[in-house]
Amino acid sequence: MVRDLQIVEEPGRPVSMEPKKFALWLFIVTIVMLFAAFTSAYIVRQAEGNWLDFSLPSIFYWNTGILLLSSVTMQWAYNSAKRDDLKNVKTAIFLSIVLGIGFLVGQIFGWDMLVDDGVFFVGNPSGSFMYIFTGLHGVHLISGIIFIIIVLIATIKYKVHSKNILLIEMCNTYWHFLDALWVYLFVFLLLNR
Amino acid sequence: MATADIHIAEDIHHGDHHDQQQSFVTKYIFSQDHKTIAKQFLITGIFWALMGGLMSLVFRLQLGFPEATLEWLRPIFGGWITESGKLDPEFYLAMVTMHGTIMIFFVLTAGLSGTFSNFLIPLQIGARDMASGFMNMLSYWFFFLSSVVMFISLFIETGPASGGWVIYPPLSALPQAMSGSGLGMTMWLIAMVFFIVSTMLGGINYITTIINLRTRGMSFTRLPLTIWAFLLTATLALLSFPVLVAAVLLLIFDRSFGTSFYLSDIYIGGEALPNSGGSPILFQHLFWFLGHPEVYIVILPALGITSEIISTNSRKPIFGYMAMIGSLIAITLLSFVVWAHHMFVTGMNPFLGSVFVLLTFIIAVPSAVKVFNYLTTLWRGNIIFTPAMLFSIGLVSFFITGGVTGLFLGNAALDIQLHDTYFVVAHFHIVMGSAAFFGMVAGVYHWFPKMFGRMMDARLGYIHFWMSFVGIYSVFFPMHYIGIAGFPRRYYSFTNFDAFNSYTDLNALITIAAFITMAAQFIFLFNFFYSIFRGRKAPQNPWRSNTLEWTAPINPEHGNWPGEIPTVYRWPYDYSKPGAKEDFIPQNIPFSETSESNLPNETESIKLEGFDKKDAIVVDDTEE
Repeated sequence: MVRDLQIVEEPGRPVSMEPKKFALWLFIVTIVMLFAAFTSAYIVRQAEGNWLDFSLPSIFYWNTGILLLSSVTMQWAYNSAKRDDLKNVKTAIFLSIVLGIGFLVGQIFGWDMLVDDGVFFVGNPSGSFMYIFTGLHGVHLISGIIFIIIVLIATIKYKVHSKNILLIEMCNTYWHFLDALWVYLFVFLLLNR
Repeated sequence: MATADIHIAEDIHHGDHHDQQQSFVTKYIFSQDHKTIAKQFLITGIFWALMGGLMSLVFRLQLGFPEATLEWLRPIFGGWITESGKLDPEFYLAMVTMHGTIMIFFVLTAGLSGTFSNFLIPLQIGARDMASGFMNMLSYWFFFLSSVVMFISLFIETGPASGGWVIYPPLSALPQAMSGSGLGMTMWLIAMVFFIVSTMLGGINYITTIINLRTRGMSFTRLPLTIWAFLLTATLALLSFPVLVAAVLLLIFDRSFGTSFYLSDIYIGGEALPNSGGSPILFQHLFWFLGHPEVYIVILPALGITSEIISTNSRKPIFGYMAMIGSLIAITLLSFVVWAHHMFVTGMNPFLGSVFVLLTFIIAVPSAVKVFNYLTTLWRGNIIFTPAMLFSIGLVSFFITGGVTGLFLGNAALDIQLHDTYFVVAHFHIVMGSAAFFGMVAGVYHWFPKMFGRMMDARLGYIHFWMSFVGIYSVFFPMHYIGIAGFPRRYYSFTNFDAFNSYTDLNALITIAAFITMAAQFIFLFNFFYSIFRGRKAPQNPWRSNTLEWTAPINPEHGNWPGEIPTVYRWPYDYSKPGAKEDFIPQNIPFSETSESNLPNETESIKLEGFDKKDAIVVDDTEE
């Protein structure tokens, strides 16, 4: 056993993190910087006055709950994959996709409610920022859903299991990140109205 | 089972050995080989440098010889030459804008980082290729797409973007403002979005590769300074370019969807625009949060290249290796907290201004550390004046000259006089433009043998250097005087104002010097392309250098080393080590082979070397 390892493995690599996983984290850093820029622009602009005050659509609370739930199902999928419980993986991934789409639909209802309240994309930057935050987060969430669908297809082809965990692990990380990003934006908007 | 698993991991680390036959398309066009991608970046960068350089000559003609007729340019520019044979003022602004955009982003970011990060990272850290060859290929082709969009924008009827490379709104946000703010600006924004995608893909790859794919023994304190510089450059890009995306995205919404992020209370022809509540200063904050790190994205790779070349050609270890790394890191961190020194005259709170003055001056410290270390490395070295070495020393000279004027500009009080004058133009062209350009050229001369397996002609290199060096100083030194006298940048004509009439001769001198400098670049171009095909064949290690790339074959295939990747036993700067047989000891020579020159602690570490080879697993554990 040990002999096998000596032949195939190159020893002494200074750091041994999986490059693709590492690259995903770097990608997440760029998204963090993007939203950091937007939220700080929001604060700077708000400080200058002439700011339209409005309350957030109540459906955003429900959406937040749905997205948090999808994080739970995604984690369930990942844990099941680690245990080679492929049936549960498929169910959990499918549920995550449904919840993800449900969140997006909820966000669109949220936009409807904003329009009903007289908050438009074109107008006071206060409202424009609202649509930018939710819209851009939505775009990233769509990329996350596409990623989950790719993982679902791989699962159906039996390419996701405890010995081949990288794909679903990265998907899981990305999805949790998108979830956390929304929570950050939501709390930010609640605190900085 | 365990064996099979590790094979999977190995594949990701190295890919296969790529010895299968490749078609022309996969080898030269859609190549995933980092060396080919580097050459693609280099050639595209040279093309853009030529374009940007020629543009500067056009507007220098206008500034230096305002009375001259430019009728002879009509075959090229057509309607942009007015009836009276003069340059169209709007076209002048377009040329200035495109010169800045092209030089900063396409030449000194993509051309410099894209070329040398791609080429040197895998070769110097001992990797077969980048972490993801596919992403690397995408990175080039997004850059290419961006180049195409930007190039086409030069030929549209309303002209390319003309609001300056900083694209401040409302000038850039309102198509009515000037003809260049119409379609030209839209294409500028599209091109930049593609460019940023390219930079992100490249940057993620560079960082991942440097951190995860180093060969055995290549610890962070054995990395060549080039790699440190590329790592921090990519980090800067990764953190700052998303902010430009944010700024550009809001600008796009303002331009095309009628939002008011940057627009407020604007009247055009007596009619009020509907926009209200926007803030143009907001754009400046977002822009310069990228814009300032961007100047370090431009200069850091050049500084890394220079460290390597100066040490090699002084035949001395780099002075203060750790200080060099420390100063690179310090510059990286500080570059994020000084952006507002570009905005002293925007009505900023003077207290806030003084904070930014202080932070700006602190950057002078690590910069001075680097200059000091270059000079002390040169001090009493056995200097070999290769063209690469001359250009590196030229860079140090520019970095000092331009750095000193940076202290003037970083001072909020002085900046009230100097802001937006030719003093600023002179400052950044020397410290960032010319210095980074010299770093790039030095890199080309130094690594040309590795890229193409042939040598460039040194004599032409010397002529290129002296003409460029004298030429650049003759161009930018007089500009300081014009700037202190208060002449603003981006103005079409000097002669319209009585106060500035007296500088006509100085401007004529600058224009003549600019033509001489540009002429020298054609010597380089000839040398470059001629040597690719007809240059003298390169030896294995032409500069007797220590780094790993010179252990690879003269013309490395995809995969870089035919056999095993070399193991690293020492830092890259063992030049002229007392007692050693030669005046250099490459990184892959173990201490057990150099008993005559080892220091006591190095003799100690020989024990570990044998250990390293025999027992793979234990070493792996200790490293982790």
